[in-house]
Amino acid sequence: MIITKQKPFQEILKSLEGETNIFLVGCSVCADECQTGGECATKELIETLKAEGKNVTGFAVINSPCHVLVTKKDLKPHREFIDKSDSILVTACGAGAQSVSEVIEKPVRPAVDTLFLGNVERHGHFYEHCSMCGECVIAFTDGICPITNCAKGLLNGPCGGMNKGKCEISTEDRPVDCAWVLIYERLKKLNHLDKFKNIQPAKNYSKHLKPDRLILERKK
Amino acid sequence: MNTLKNALETSKFIITAESGPPKGTDVNEMIHCVSLLKGKVDAVNVTDNQSSVMRLGSLGASKLILDQGLDPIYQLTCRDRNRLAIQSDLLSAWVLGIRNVLALTGDHPQAGDHKQAKPVFDIESVQLLQVINTLNRGTDMNGNQLKGKTAFVTGATVTPEADPIEPQLLKFEKKVKAGAQFFQTQAVYDTKKMEEFMKTARQFQVKIIAGILLLKSAKMARFLNKFVPGIRVTEDLINELEKSEKPLETGIQIAARQINELRSICDGVHIMAIGMEDKVPMILERSGI
Ligand code: SF4
Ligand code: SF4
Repeated sequence: MIITKQKPFQEILKSLEGETNIFLVGCSVCADECQTGGECATKELIETLKAEGKNVTGFAVINSPCHVLVTKKDLKPHREFIDKSDSILVTACGAGAQSVSEVIEKPVRPAVDTLFLGNVERHGHFYEHCSMCGECVIAFTDGICPITNCAKGLLNGPCGGMNKGKCEISTEDRPVDCAWVLIYERLKKLNHLDKFKNIQPAKNYSKHLKPDRLILERKK
Repeated sequence: MNTLKNALETSKFIITAESGPPKGTDVNEMIHCVSLLKGKVDAVNVTDNQSSVMRLGSLGASKLILDQGLDPIYQLTCRDRNRLAIQSDLLSAWVLGIRNVLALTGDHPQAGDHKQAKPVFDIESVQLLQVINTLNRGTDMNGNQLKGKTAFVTGATVTPEADPIEPQLLKFEKKVKAGAQFFQTQAVYDTKKMEEFMKTARQFQVKIIAGILLLKSAKMARFLNKFVPGIRVTEDLINELEKSEKPLETGIQIAARQINELRSICDGVHIMAIGMEDKVPMILERSGI
């Protein structure tokens, strides 16, 4: 799931400077789970905008606005209101926002910051464990990603900053386990410590070139 | 000038000290402190943006130390440079006459004064050791031929009191396999722990240089215990400093005593005096080395 967080309202307002008529686009999937872009959160934002004197021309909460064609189709019935708007404020992730800019010729303003690809540990608790590096290496750790869970993305064991199992960047307010201690414990438990001993080569960052793409071949 | 290489090749007890480049261009103090070490140490480590605080670079400072007639250990971290910059800096170091490199991963930028920086870590310490040895063999890390190769002496670090210790020891083995010839350790205050670590280390053909960090007060000792990973100043030492009327004097005494004790345990000592580099000659003198 893509994790998003609403921007500070003043920042949203600043991006809408000089724009009175605003149309909103939300997302009923990830952004709903994050309480940023579902119907509820979008309506709440609308009220706040109105209180600031904005004229909200309408809104649409789309089921996966990251899908360009779905976005196009779902926004069609709102055409009239969108045409009357100065800009579109999007409460979905950055991908959703750019589906909108792809299908609508109006300025798009993000209402959220897109943070990471997250696991939902429980309702409202999101953690990053995969940063989509383009070449998955977690076979050698028996399933814990060192690229993402280690603050430095190290591939060969803990750095000198590890302290009693905690990461160098761990603080009281934001405790972080050392990924390499977790990996060590896992490999030990699963009787695979020999895997720890193999030197892992430098990662091939050309496996993920920005902007990336994937086009599946059509099956005959 | 290859005093470190010579010392590593004999059974001489190795002495190294640390020098931190200044934040800025005024190098007078650094040069003054380093000049006091002439003839007393085998090599001087030059830190690389230590604790992620932006300073004069370790490459430039290593060259200045070389010009003073001392053998620098160029500390190179992976925090600020990708593999192109690292290899290129290594070639630069070689042509400037620098002969020793200490391969480090580096602290996270969160530790320092530019927290907004993009952490690089394109490669890390184990891979960096391999890269240095690849350059020594005459190719870059992709196998492209070099016109003129390097012949660096390569070092790495290890934390003998890491908690938990097992993953640290496994990484130590990897660093040996990757070509580290010598190790400089995180500061150790408990010689028993050092003896324990040496049982693992002695299985390999590498030189172990124990870290000695000059204690200036009981307060500093407690700070180290609380905030610096892998450092454990024993209660006895903290008490000794607390009772002392001249804690710095006592700290110097403690360092000298430790050096003496470590003589029979490992292959050398690395003295970190952080801001008190001028005290290093006195520590050495009192240690009776
Ligand atoms: S190695 Fe980590 S970041 Fe890369 S794909 Fe696998 S889980 Fe994701
Ligand atoms: S402490 Fe562990 S998780 Fe944190 S940067 Fe070092 S190796 Fe990675």
